Amino acid sequence: MAVTGAILVLYLIAHMYGNLKIFSGQEAFDGYAHSLRELGYPMLPESGFLWIFRVVLLASVLIHAYAAVMLWRRANKARPAAQRYQVKKKVDRTYASYTMRYGGVLIALFVVFHILHLTTNDIAPGGASDSPYERLVNGFQPEFWYVTLFYVLSVIAVGLHLRHGIWSALATLGANRSSRQGKLNAVAVGIALIVTVGFLLPPLAVTFGLVS
Amino acid sequence: MNITLRVWRQKGPDDEGRLATYKLTDVSPDMSFLEMLDVLNEKLTLENEEPVAFDHDCREGICGACGVVIDGEAHGPERTTTCQLHMRSFKDGDTITVEPWRAKAFPVVKDLVVDRGAFDRIIQAGGYISAPTGTAPDAHANPIPKPDADRAFDAATCIGCGACVAACPNASSMLFTAAKVTHLGMLPQGQPERASRVVQMINQQDEEDFGGCTNIGECAAVCPKGIPLDTISQLNRDLLGSLSKGVG
Amino acid sequence: MSDNDFFLVGDPIRDEKAPEGPINERWDKRRFSAKLVNPANRRKLSVIIVGTGLAGASAAATLGEAGYNVTSFCYQDSPRRAHSIAAQGGINAAKNYRNDGDSIYRLFYDTVKGGDFRSRESNVYRLAQTSVEIIDQCVAQGVPFAREYGGLLDNRSFGGVQVSRTFYARGQTGQQLLIGAYQALERQVAAGSVKMNTRHEMLEVIVVDGRARGIIARDMVTGEIETHFADAVVLATGGYGNVFFLSTNAMGCNVTASWRAHRKGALFANPCYTQIHPTCIPVSGDYQSKLTLMSESLRNDGRIWVPKAHGDTRDPRQIPEDERDYYLERIYPSFGNLVPRDIASRAAKNVCDEGRGVGPGGLGVYLDFAAAIERMGRDAVEAKYGNLFDMYQRITGENPYEVPMRIYPAVHYTMGGLWVDYDLQSSIPGLFVTGEANFSDHGANRLGASALMQGLADGYFVLPNTINDYLASGPFEGIDESHPEAVAAKEQVTSRIDKLLSIQGSRTVDSFHKELGHIMWEYCGMERSEEGLTKAIELIRALRAEFWRDVKVLGTNDELNQALEKAGRVADFLELGELMCIDALHRRESCGGHFRAESQTEDGEALRHDDEFAYVAAWAFGGDDSKPVLHKENLEYEYVEMKQRSYK
Repeated sequence: MAVTGAILVLYLIAHMYGNLKIFSGQEAFDGYAHSLRELGYPMLPESGFLWIFRVVLLASVLIHAYAAVMLWRRANKARPAAQRYQVKKKVDRTYASYTMRYGGVLIALFVVFHILHLTTNDIAPGGASDSPYERLVNGFQPEFWYVTLFYVLSVIAVGLHLRHGIWSALATLGANRSSRQGKLNAVAVGIALIVTVGFLLPPLAVTFGLVS
Repeated sequence: MNITLRVWRQKGPDDEGRLATYKLTDVSPDMSFLEMLDVLNEKLTLENEEPVAFDHDCREGICGACGVVIDGEAHGPERTTTCQLHMRSFKDGDTITVEPWRAKAFPVVKDLVVDRGAFDRIIQAGGYISAPTGTAPDAHANPIPKPDADRAFDAATCIGCGACVAACPNASSMLFTAAKVTHLGMLPQGQPERASRVVQMINQQDEEDFGGCTNIGECAAVCPKGIPLDTISQLNRDLLGSLSKGVG
Repeated sequence: MSDNDFFLVGDPIRDEKAPEGPINERWDKRRFSAKLVNPANRRKLSVIIVGTGLAGASAAATLGEAGYNVTSFCYQDSPRRAHSIAAQGGINAAKNYRNDGDSIYRLFYDTVKGGDFRSRESNVYRLAQTSVEIIDQCVAQGVPFAREYGGLLDNRSFGGVQVSRTFYARGQTGQQLLIGAYQALERQVAAGSVKMNTRHEMLEVIVVDGRARGIIARDMVTGEIETHFADAVVLATGGYGNVFFLSTNAMGCNVTASWRAHRKGALFANPCYTQIHPTCIPVSGDYQSKLTLMSESLRNDGRIWVPKAHGDTRDPRQIPEDERDYYLERIYPSFGNLVPRDIASRAAKNVCDEGRGVGPGGLGVYLDFAAAIERMGRDAVEAKYGNLFDMYQRITGENPYEVPMRIYPAVHYTMGGLWVDYDLQSSIPGLFVTGEANFSDHGANRLGASALMQGLADGYFVLPNTINDYLASGPFEGIDESHPEAVAAKEQVTSRIDKLLSIQGSRTVDSFHKELGHIMWEYCGMERSEEGLTKAIELIRALRAEFWRDVKVLGTNDELNQALEKAGRVADFLELGELMCIDALHRRESCGGHFRAESQTEDGEALRHDDEFAYVAAWAFGGDDSKPVLHKENLEYEYVEMKQRSYK
């Protein structure tokens, strides 16, 4: 769970970095997208690296999801429905920790939509295009506010997922000490915030007409 | 003070159980929570209703026998054991809901009493140092740096009450197991069995049907002895070490 | 009136197992003369151990390691909950790590003197010898004793002795030692050499052909009455302080196992020796269920006082210095607030009896840290006593940094118990008794940090080296549940339970227990007199009769029934209480925890009568309608000269 989560977090950060290229204009953005296909070329065939990368990511997602389902099932077995508390109060837990399971499902659905939308372009609000830049700009036009809204909600879910997930991964990997517990949590909050804002900027910039 | 109690009544493990409502008048703020239950039981007995069964023994916060969930919090609103909680933490006219620890690994025996034998079995799996009586070297043969001794002590103060499991959204016993792993793992005497101990205890914990740990932290937040959450990280480090050595 | 209205005098007894010769060689001699059991034969020998406190868990673990077939019982849901866990202060050992003149001999001497010359020299010397090994053993198990920066063990001085020989683990020494023993026990459970029965209460001992051969126990969850057999039975069932209802004992502590054994022939020694601890949090109301000890260490810096005027109900902070009576400093100028437990307790009682007590009901004295805070600073006081202050505040709701604490004495420990010989064997062959349940080592008063020492000495080192002498003649004839003695014992248990459930009277079990406690505290507490004790015996008899006529126990036997459990225990306390009063009545001297109003010096200090009372009073059960029989075991002091204690 922690290891696959860490891979996915690193990927997200790279992905966000790429997204922010949108503010450098169409050429830079499309060039960056294209360069990903060329990574490792000619050592690897065209898009070779990208496919290896995708396989690793897919495997991470599947393992991550499998582990999550196992934990969920174990938790349900450990406290079956008939043994639920009549009254239960939170003591110290974060809001983010509540969102991990349902938020995880939402994120999974979003990823499917996101790939169909911006990678394969099977879903193409505002018209399909070979230019990733145009796909993006077309997709988040104000008239497709519901696309933007879904995107925003999903990115917030990702942020919450990271808030607890990063802390939890660090703890699971043995990094927590009482003296640094606060710092680890601050790191988790910091990365979660950066990733959330970083992913929200491009589509909102499109929606509000700052990028066209 | 006047208090309305909603108390979980359950005749035995197979009974469904329900909340029963009782009213108490003249509750003194200086009473401990368990003394308030004593008063309730005296009243119920005289009214020919069976008294509420609850576990308790030392009533000074160290044996770990007592423990109920009070208004949704393990051991109630103060960070201490149920026996050290006093009625002054409540207000006149309050309605208080009292439930047993709830986890499959802690089946209800009756009313608020649960069976915590799973904890004993986790200890049996490796929560000890093998030192048969008579085999010990002089106590000063092995100096232990004070910080290590202090950290071992902090973890060793666990009273095995089970609040961590009760509070955990996953009903995980990780803090309990981690406290023991940390206590023994900090000491030189605990090193020979360190690698196998953590694996065996974790396996037993899984076998007892406790849930998995997702680092939510409610366990440490309710722990009456303040067992630090970082013991879980310590356990994970030990576990990674063991697995990398091929133990387990 | 003569004492013999209440008891008969039987033949004197003596400890046949006690070896002779130089005191430092006696334990070696006994270990050498004891018969051994071949390791291969141990598996065929079975031992029942009742109780899992320090004395029981350590014995079960050690005998299991040795290869015996052990079955262990406790009434709690886990062996780790036994009340040894609540001991705060520490454990003594004659390690002399401080190079401050300590030695086995000095620990022996201090303990004999502290016990006010009513214990056996041989036993106490062995205890002091063994103390050294206990610390080694516990450290090897991972007990996290306090350490210094150099990594070596820290020691402190405790209970008014002049050497630093007390090992401690913050204020939780008992907990850490018990967890060590518990883990050793669970290791043997995992190895299959100990079978653990939790939530089981022993209700009868089975004696066949004069030997203890098993017990009847009730499964407290199902109510099943079970018969268990073994070649030997060990009782490690703790003390009987709960006869007072309010004490520092756990709620479940009881005398039933010891009392049932006593009724089957085991002698009960010195039942009146009760230790009353001076620094407990006072009673706050009728609902009070237990008393909480505040560590004795508070007396190192706190000053104890009451107002000079009777019934002065002013806020203590408003009472000027010259209207306060620092009575311990006044009466005992050289020891002041640090006088031994029994003396501090009785002095508190005296000032309260004069009407100068403070707090609800006038049953309390101030323990004031104002001077200490001024002298050391609040931070230093907090560093030293912070956890105790927090505990006090949690229980009383008062802030001891601002308002003086209120304290009052409370029953803490019982030195009396089943009579045992040097081998820890009771007067029933095959029935051994360890820890607080026996009477052997503390005499009339126990020194601080000695209870943990004795429990572990008995369980780890003494019993495992003496029980073999008995077991070597086993395994004994095989018996099963159809044996007439087993059937009879089971029948006794079931008929008693049936009786308790059938009375359906009008009073709860607790109401009887509280009333018994009041009687015991009033007449058999810190100060005892012939008149009071005689009255108490009458009151207890009447209360016992009423109990069996009017107690109300709901529910059935076939379930977890906590009222039924309590009823059985209170029934036994009602019998024990009478014997305690008879013992206190017959001992017309003051010694240790037993203070007879008729026996005091001119200035009110305890006065022993060594010519008449230097003996162990071992009582035989006479029958439900007959008087108990007193057997005296003479005490001889070859090494320590008998002196009157003085703390002026």
